[in-house]
Amino acid sequence: MEAIFEYLWPVIVVFGQSLLLLVALLIFTAYILYADRKIFAAVQMRRGPNVVGPWGLLQSFADLLKFVLKEPVIPASASKTVFVIAPILSAVLAMAAWAVIPLDQGWAIADLNLGILFVFAISSLEVYGVIMGGWASNSKYAFLAALRSAAQMVSYEVSIGFVIITVLLCVGSLRMDDIIIAQQTGFGTHYLGMGSSFLDWHWLPLFPMFIIFFISAIAETNRPPFDLPEAESELVAGHMVEYSSTLFLLFFLGEFVAIILMCALTTVLFLGGWLPPFDVWFLNWIPGTFWFVLKMLLVFFAMAMVRAVVPRYRYDQLMRLGWKVFLPISLFMVFITALVLQITGWVAA
Amino acid sequence: MTASILFFYMFSGIMLASAFMVISSRNPVHSVLFLILAFVNASGLFIMSGAEFLGLLLIVVYVGAVAVLFLFVVMMLDVDFVELREGFLQYLPIGALVGIIVLVELLMVVAGWVAAPLTAGSTAQPIPDVNEIRNIEALGNILYTDHIFFFQIAGMILLVAMVGAIVLTLRHKPNVRRQDITTQVGRDPKTAIQNVNVESGKGL
Repeated sequence: MEAIFEYLWPVIVVFGQSLLLLVALLIFTAYILYADRKIFAAVQMRRGPNVVGPWGLLQSFADLLKFVLKEPVIPASASKTVFVIAPILSAVLAMAAWAVIPLDQGWAIADLNLGILFVFAISSLEVYGVIMGGWASNSKYAFLAALRSAAQMVSYEVSIGFVIITVLLCVGSLRMDDIIIAQQTGFGTHYLGMGSSFLDWHWLPLFPMFIIFFISAIAETNRPPFDLPEAESELVAGHMVEYSSTLFLLFFLGEFVAIILMCALTTVLFLGGWLPPFDVWFLNWIPGTFWFVLKMLLVFFAMAMVRAVVPRYRYDQLMRLGWKVFLPISLFMVFITALVLQITGWVAA
Repeated sequence: MTASILFFYMFSGIMLASAFMVISSRNPVHSVLFLILAFVNASGLFIMSGAEFLGLLLIVVYVGAVAVLFLFVVMMLDVDFVELREGFLQYLPIGALVGIIVLVELLMVVAGWVAAPLTAGSTAQPIPDVNEIRNIEALGNILYTDHIFFFQIAGMILLVAMVGAIVLTLRHKPNVRRQDITTQVGRDPKTAIQNVNVESGKGL
């Protein structure tokens, strides 16, 4: 009995941690959705959701109830199993990647040696939710939208991969915590003689890559201005055309969790993760999770502003941007970074 | 230890079952989806045996890129399943013959497989030890030193394949109006806007 308990205990702990993270993540997602709509509304001088609960704070939960209580409609000619699996896949994959994101030092459910590669692998799988959903609907519109969306996601994954490689060259490890710890020293400490501060983070020395990563992250998650696969006003949500109720909710949820994941990834790679902006005692005293979430929110705010301000791209321009602009620049920057590191002898051990 | 055994049987069981479904399912798209499931489970087996880099690479390269192209092609095919099934009996003998030959050859290889005497004690243990060095470093140390020549040759072959594919498919149609990005970006109000004083009642 004792032995079985000893054996089961880690399983229970991991299960509990995952559940806690999942609940926190979903509530966070609900309010991110609310923030997205509020920011969008404020830019357009509207009031946004303001009816359900004080200041409309419960709007997302009302939406959830609405989705869950609606009747699920599955088209008669759809491939039913694939039709149902597709949204589940896309939601599960988006959440699975969160297992390796460190919210504070050592605060990841799985502290993998290859953390960043794990996230990259998971996000390369996310395209299947889209393709399967579009194909299983057995509708021309959904299918064409799925092809568009898949082409877009695959294109921008390439430049995201190169950006990640540039950061890894500077760090010398694929562990999430190592990437963040490597940002404790950098430009500010070496050249300005300051203590550890926000000038040490990767956004400064790798500024072009930071911008490319930010734009690619928006394109990868099909956010406006790159939301061509699903342009709500014209294409009625692209590959999700035939979906309704809970299945649609899962697609929607997966998409938003993936967006927050991209914010977290930007934070880890370029904005110093859970590091405080200055290395002083009262900022160090505030837990790292606070800084992590704050930086994520900043990145998300930038994404929401981009959505509200920038007009939508045309599809051929989108593809041109991915393949003819970002890919050569990021490939070139990998060479340059490796060269600089080699010549100056800053290569990480 | 029991957990890893349990996971091993789960991964390999699902992998074998989905591999079987790849060849037996009637819809080719379902076949590809089962193939992807088999890949994912194979990567689970890789990770279990300590080769986490290979496992994740299998997902990124095969599942994330190659299988997506597979799926695209198969979805675009307009396959008539009834017609596909018609010649089944006609092709059965030759298919069975090829299958049996491959099976016999595989059996001969497996039966005649002898571990080299020097490595006899260490086959179960990867070299260098997983606990000493991360396997991404171990791979890099070998790939970029001992096998750099083969690595570069592989890169050249891929480059030639890519150039070849582009040359074969690139067509410049003369009648298509294309957007010239530099002229587009180079436009400013001076060149793009013209102020005209239109006399009333006359038009331009």
